[in-house]
Amino acid sequence: MATAVRALIHVPRQVRRGDVVEIRATIAHVMETGHRPDSEGSRVPRDIVTRFECQLDGTPVFAADVYPAVAANPYFAFALRAERSGTLVLTWEGDRGFRHRETTALEVT
Amino acid sequence: MTRRAGAAGAAALLAGVLAACSLAGSAPALGPATGVGADTRRSGFDDMSAALQALQRDDTQNPGMLWVHEGQALWARRAGNGRSCAGCHGADGDSVASAAARHPVFDAETRRPLTLAGRIDRCRQRHLGLPEEGADGAEVLALSAWLAHRARGLPIEAPDDARLAPWRERGETLWRRRMGQLDLACHLCHDERAGERLGGAVIPQGHPTGYPTYRLEWQSLGSLQRRIRGCIVGVRAEPFAADADESLALEVWMRRRAAGMTIEGVAVRP
Amino acid sequence: MTLRRRTLVLAGGAGLAFGVGPARAALSPALVEAVQGWAGSAAPPRAGRVRLEIAPLVENGNAVPISIKVESPMTAADHVREIAVFTEKNPQLDVVRFHLVPANGRAEVATRIRLATSQHVVALARLSDGSVWQHAVDVLVTLAACIEG
Repeated sequence: MATAVRALIHVPRQVRRGDVVEIRATIAHVMETGHRPDSEGSRVPRDIVTRFECQLDGTPVFAADVYPAVAANPYFAFALRAERSGTLVLTWEGDRGFRHRETTALEVT
Repeated sequence: MTRRAGAAGAAALLAGVLAACSLAGSAPALGPATGVGADTRRSGFDDMSAALQALQRDDTQNPGMLWVHEGQALWARRAGNGRSCAGCHGADGDSVASAAARHPVFDAETRRPLTLAGRIDRCRQRHLGLPEEGADGAEVLALSAWLAHRARGLPIEAPDDARLAPWRERGETLWRRRMGQLDLACHLCHDERAGERLGGAVIPQGHPTGYPTYRLEWQSLGSLQRRIRGCIVGVRAEPFAADADESLALEVWMRRRAAGMTIEGVAVRP
Repeated sequence: MTLRRRTLVLAGGAGLAFGVGPARAALSPALVEAVQGWAGSAAPPRAGRVRLEIAPLVENGNAVPISIKVESPMTAADHVREIAVFTEKNPQLDVVRFHLVPANGRAEVATRIRLATSQHVVALARLSDGSVWQHAVDVLVTLAACIEG
């Protein structure tokens, strides 16, 4: 497997003050449920993302508690009212010490 | 006597008409387009639900885009020997933007067809000193995804290369050959019964317009070779090796069968 | 049976929190219990205000797009605090819990979930005034034509 964790963040451009925009985030993760048998019949251990958070300039604006029933390569979309430009920090945590962080700008005119 | 012959004749005519109707009502006949309105080919995209079609179309939601972006990054990345794909092929890859539409091609060096994934793999070994990965290796898959994305909207080309003809013919023979414990041939489902249902799912015609594909069944991206392997295992036959002549022949045939159809980029399929 | 008839939309007031329409399978006791556990001491979840959008017929249960929209002004005084999704017949009933704030501007979320089999999926919203609202949908899940094994 490629070593870098891949994530895809979509933040709309040309956002005006007061607009409510949709932020979309996908992260590459197998989301192994812990219920599947391997080729020898034993259970493949659980390995999932358990928490997703988004902060705008340090203030939490969205979070998700994630269970195995979320599909592989988990995708979340949520709304955000754009008041002023700022920095969005998106973080994922999961089993086996999984941690990933993406930073992107929200540009508001 | 005349009446009996007439009745028999009428019955035969009726049987003929019914047979013709049932044939017309079943899967569309396939083959190269023979004229305006004659192309009855459908992509698997058309057989999907609106929700999955929307998922494929939206680059901000299509899970395959994870690989496309990775492929774009790999294109620029320098290998241990200091070289990169971009170094030879250009930073934006414009010179290879139609590569996904043109492969497989006949490779004079090996005297066999060469798929795009095979070429990427070989190029990386020869020029970047990277290890062999196979079509579904992590980096080859990502680069294949990026090139498929670049070729989105282009028609699948049918190279006129006469050297590919025997491979095409062999591929078509395999397509029509029954195999496995289920004793099924590809064409029985994907030509004759495309549009009908198997276990609640619509049987697609099986055109490779969107490879590599994010298949929900795999929860991952995979190559056409992976899909063909899955199909062959599905009829309980022994799959061909990835670099076997049969695998190459089938791919050449399937591409020819789909010649002219539009490349979808990285598709989503159930 | 048309697909539309497979969609179960709970209607009615508080007394029909888990009421069902005519000739429909009731939500399983385990699901009712899981939902009540999440809803807490609030009155039983009421139908309305929440809309769970999910295809009634799913070709593959591995990745099912869903979206949940809740009618709410999303002001400090009146907003959605949490949106939760449960399934009825997955090995585990919890799917995801979203935490919202007024800054979201709209109580709308989307994700992709896994469905092990045909079953009910329930989306619930907990509002800032403590009330809990829900929407349940009955989903048919089919499989890929060729099982690779």
